[in-house]
Amino acid sequence: MFLYHLRLALLSLRRNPALTALMVLAIAVGIGASMTTLTVMHLLSGDPLSGRSAHIYYPQVDATPADWHNKYPLDMMDYQSAVDLWSAHRADRQTLIVNSQIKVRAPATNLPPLMLNMLSTTADFFPMFDVPFAYGRGWSAQDDANHARVVVISSDLNDRLFAGQDSVGQTLRLRDSDVRIVGVLAPWRPSPLFYDVRGGRYANGDTADFYGKPEDVFTPFNTGLEINDGNFQQFTCWHMPDKPGHLVNAPCVWIGLWVELDSAAKAADYRSFIANYAQQQKALGRFAKTDTRMLDLMGWLDYNHVLPRDVKLQTWLAFAFLAICLFNTVGLLLAKFLRRAGEIGIRRALGAAQYEIFMQCLVESGLIGLLGGIGGWLLTLAGLWLVRTRPTPYADLAHLDTSMFLITFALAILVSLIAGALPALRASRIAPALQLKSL
Amino acid sequence: MLKMNHLSKIYRTDVLETHALRDFSIDVKEGEFVAVMGPSGSGKTTFLTIAGLLESFSGGEYYLDGEDVSGLNDNARSKIRNEKIGFIFQSFNLIPDLNVSDNVDVPLRYRGFKAAERARRIREALEVVGLASRMKHLPSQLSGGQQQRVAIARALAGDPRILLADEPTGNLDSLMARQVLDLIENINESGTTIVMVTHDPELARRAHRSVHVLDGQVMDLQAAATHEPEPAGMAARI
Repeated sequence: MFLYHLRLALLSLRRNPALTALMVLAIAVGIGASMTTLTVMHLLSGDPLSGRSAHIYYPQVDATPADWHNKYPLDMMDYQSAVDLWSAHRADRQTLIVNSQIKVRAPATNLPPLMLNMLSTTADFFPMFDVPFAYGRGWSAQDDANHARVVVISSDLNDRLFAGQDSVGQTLRLRDSDVRIVGVLAPWRPSPLFYDVRGGRYANGDTADFYGKPEDVFTPFNTGLEINDGNFQQFTCWHMPDKPGHLVNAPCVWIGLWVELDSAAKAADYRSFIANYAQQQKALGRFAKTDTRMLDLMGWLDYNHVLPRDVKLQTWLAFAFLAICLFNTVGLLLAKFLRRAGEIGIRRALGAAQYEIFMQCLVESGLIGLLGGIGGWLLTLAGLWLVRTRPTPYADLAHLDTSMFLITFALAILVSLIAGALPALRASRIAPALQLKSL
Repeated sequence: MLKMNHLSKIYRTDVLETHALRDFSIDVKEGEFVAVMGPSGSGKTTFLTIAGLLESFSGGEYYLDGEDVSGLNDNARSKIRNEKIGFIFQSFNLIPDLNVSDNVDVPLRYRGFKAAERARRIREALEVVGLASRMKHLPSQLSGGQQQRVAIARALAGDPRILLADEPTGNLDSLMARQVLDLIENINESGTTIVMVTHDPELARRAHRSVHVLDGQVMDLQAAATHEPEPAGMAARI
């Protein structure tokens, strides 16, 4: 019967092409708007380290003075605490991160210097975060210890400076120091740029910057601190540093520590470890408080409200718009079905049960939904193209993946079935005798 | 075949109660051709819609083919309509978007026949009414008489036990009306019970007997209950 209903639906849609077009358009516009925003939301709210994020943690200790009344430890650590915890190597992997801006030149080229973001980190960064390499590899723990003058560069920077060729072994000048390229990343675009997320709850929903591109230059932690000394930004300080940008011994927090712990038991152990560390530091008089905390990656992102508020708002608005389109479609379908009361009466007289009329109308609604889905898909592509033209850090991420493509059609058909259910029910309850008498 | 005992039908609104049928009794035997006559508003069409299970009744009893149909749900009523009853309407009631073949196909679809069985029944029904060559025509491409013959083919295709006809020639000129009536007679002769509602005495004369309805009641009780049908032809039914 489904194929019969489908054939009748096609006939019915062809009978009133203008009305059909109106309904398809209503669904397409609603689906296009909601899928555009939903796709952006989906891209921005996904797990940046799928399958591994549950093992990645962000430990926090509180080095603030007693008169600072912060509910939780601050989002970053002071140099001493970060280096102490990292040096203990109590996790399966651990990495320090600090970013800064630096002038970059490739002496082998005649290109002008570039001001780029540099991440000073440690060797575990690359395996811990599944960072893909196009050429070469990351540096070793020994390089960390030796303050080696080595660097890993992004795919983008390699394209700009070396036309995408294997540049391993080439020299880069970072500020006034020469460093040797040991690795070139393959294109890598975590969304959000999770390891740099902090302070999100102070951003008042303006968190689009969390979705920017990764840094172009990666150096060993100590190498970066030496090369770019004086150019580091604090997250916050409780006293002004003696020299702005020189933060190693300043009363400031400015370094992040990420650890990888492969089991719940190890995570519990590590929590004890940082708690003990805080107790010990308090005993030594360096800490006034013993508060510590350690969230896993997704917990940390939630805590920082990474999803931009405007994206959430747009999504709500788009779905409200879809609801309006749905109500319009309900009205149009109702008019369409009830206009066919005579035919429905004939079918009922010839033996169609109520549920068969209901199914016939519902199949017609589903077909309208499918056509609306095609229109909605095209409008979603157009909507995402518009998003890509906007000057937002996540603009380049706005593409329709397979799952969202399928959801587009599923949503369109679901919406049309919901819209069609009431009119179909009304149509199925048409009194046949009344219709046949009036024919 | 069709037996109603003291049937009543009341239409109620907030301010009005209309007795469309009252104490309505009729007994139509298998193979009979009965004309139900009466002026406009007498209740004959209401009788027909109740007889065709298109409408419920307010009181009394109704047996169709020996089965008490008063307490049946929509599915059961639809199934009986589909399998046992054929309808012929004054205004033909063909579905304008469907061609002749597809119109005849409608009740067969709801019967759940396979495609080959449906095709056979459609062809045979259209051959009976002489329109096998017009299968792909739309109703709008046919004359009124031809449309009514398609409607008759549609009613016959499901091989019903009883055919309910509501002024089947009301919209036709005299020549076409005669052709349609001849066809209905032939169908009856092949064994199908026919109940035809009409206000035309000429048409009623073609039936085995007439039942007169006035103000929702059968006036000629003897004709309604006791008249024996003339023997129907037992030729093979489609």
